[in-house]
Amino acid sequence: MAETRVLLKHAEDPQLRTLAGYKRHGGYQTLEKAYREMEAEEILKELEDSGLRGRGGAGFSMGKKASFLPRGEMAKYLCCNADESEPGAFKDRELMQRNPHQLIEGIAIAAIAADAGHAFIFIRGEYDAQADILDAAVAEAYEAGYLGEDILGSRRDLELVVHRGAGAYICGEETALLDALEGKRGNPRLKPPFPAVQGLYGGPTLINNVETLSNVPRIVAHGAEWFRGYGTEQSPGTKVVSVSGCVRRPGNYEVELGVPTRELIYDLAGGPLDGREVKAFYPGGSSSPVLTAEDLDLPYTFEDMAEAGSMLGSGSIVVADDSVSIPLMALRTARFYHHESCGKCTPCREGTNWTVKMLERVVRGEATPMDLDIISSVQDNIMGHCLCVLGDSMAMPVSAMVKKFRGEFEAVIDSAQAVAA
Amino acid sequence: MTELPIDRALTQGRIPDRTPEAVPELHEVDCPQGLREQIETLMDKYPDRHSVSIPALWAVQRLYGWCTPEGIRQAAAVMRVTPAYLESVASFYDLLHTESVGSHKVAVCTNISCWMRGGDELLEAFRTAAEGKEGNVFVSGFECLGACDIAPMASIDERYFGPLEADEAAAAIEQLLAGEEVLPEKALERRPLAGDRDG
Repeated sequence: MAETRVLLKHAEDPQLRTLAGYKRHGGYQTLEKAYREMEAEEILKELEDSGLRGRGGAGFSMGKKASFLPRGEMAKYLCCNADESEPGAFKDRELMQRNPHQLIEGIAIAAIAADAGHAFIFIRGEYDAQADILDAAVAEAYEAGYLGEDILGSRRDLELVVHRGAGAYICGEETALLDALEGKRGNPRLKPPFPAVQGLYGGPTLINNVETLSNVPRIVAHGAEWFRGYGTEQSPGTKVVSVSGCVRRPGNYEVELGVPTRELIYDLAGGPLDGREVKAFYPGGSSSPVLTAEDLDLPYTFEDMAEAGSMLGSGSIVVADDSVSIPLMALRTARFYHHESCGKCTPCREGTNWTVKMLERVVRGEATPMDLDIISSVQDNIMGHCLCVLGDSMAMPVSAMVKKFRGEFEAVIDSAQAVAA
Repeated sequence: MTELPIDRALTQGRIPDRTPEAVPELHEVDCPQGLREQIETLMDKYPDRHSVSIPALWAVQRLYGWCTPEGIRQAAAVMRVTPAYLESVASFYDLLHTESVGSHKVAVCTNISCWMRGGDELLEAFRTAAEGKEGNVFVSGFECLGACDIAPMASIDERYFGPLEADEAAAAIEQLLAGEEVLPEKALERRPLAGDRDG
């Protein structure tokens, strides 16, 4: 199976990250057209009609989100969420590293639709190399007149700032991102009001993921119908999928949404290592409920993953083969969310803590059979009970693992021996 | 306001024995000119000066190696906020250090994809290799760094390397301390797209 490279087109060209290289491949033509000839409504309509769904995790229609921003004279903002921190996800890193101008062009065009005069790229602090690349690209774009005041004589202004985070998974949550960007500890906010109405500095704010915004130039250039020519009815377009874990060729592969998951794992990523078999996989980052080998033939779409009780999330597949202990994997997953919980909501702060403690008991061989039910009930009491979904992000995969691999957990408990690491 | 006694045993001596400080004046802090200019330039870029708290703390950390109390006071004076405000921000984020760390930083990912490919062993190898060189190299296990394609991997002075074998850790530390290029073959920067790699 071959990739369908749209976002990663020409990504093999090391010059693509420069303005000259990007323009050689046709870059910034759409921005020029948009700023010279297009109205906000036109762009908004194209984005809505395209059916582009957010690539950061929630999968919400980008055009619809942009349409929620109120009209009228007020300071509005656009934030690009580049805080890619979900375990298993590394596609935004690739997109920013290889094609930063595609993202900048997308931001500049989306800013017309959102009527935003100020935009920010909130990039996780660990991505220092990528932030440097973005800084250089933004400087080039200013120099060329694609950013700044009165862009191409359109009387539209756009300031774009690359803002580095400092290491906190929670800042990928959009309201926590806003708090961090306002210079506070990254705690999520109560919703509503949603950021589209009251976001950064209290103003209407459009927040989109790197990959979502990177799709904008081509959608506006070729039209919604062209975009819908890829993917499925409910999941149009291509997707850069991060495949990692127990596979031969881990990496980012761009495919049309709707390809069989098996082909992603076996054809593109080379399948499991020698003599191994796929035991389980997270289809959408470590917060997605794990699926098993039986689910390998599901089309890789938002709707099919949801129907299977999981989610496509950020489009990050992590494969566990038959050598991986599921209780250890559950503990590793839970520890991450425990570490990253901001501590604001009790169910998440306490629930992640107790889940880690109980799973540690399981893998040490010190648990009793009733502990599994307690673990499950703790997960049930986290889900839907917090300001944001960080707690759910642990509860969903952990409860799925306990449910689908209960026998393996029970075998560990029965053996009363620690799991070999 | 009355001074509350602070139990030093409880706070492990970390909380200074005084009430929280007000916004320090610039003349009280002796802020290096370069740091002040950096923070002031940053403040011009944002609609609200508070937004520069993380970038300002980055600037402090680049200058002093970590977010020293003195550096935080200097940034606070430039930003016109209290030192406690910046301390609360610094202590929230994993990459901002509120204690002295080494001049070189190695973060080894131990999250699921790297764990499956030997991340724990790699972390152990880096710890062993850095032993006795503690003052210079700060080795820590880290949550997912967003580079599962090169698992197991490490971020060495903020650049990504992988996939690494445990026995490469010692060489990496040697190169790092000698000021040489670290494991050039394993730099993420030089890696082609997964689909363009041979084999």
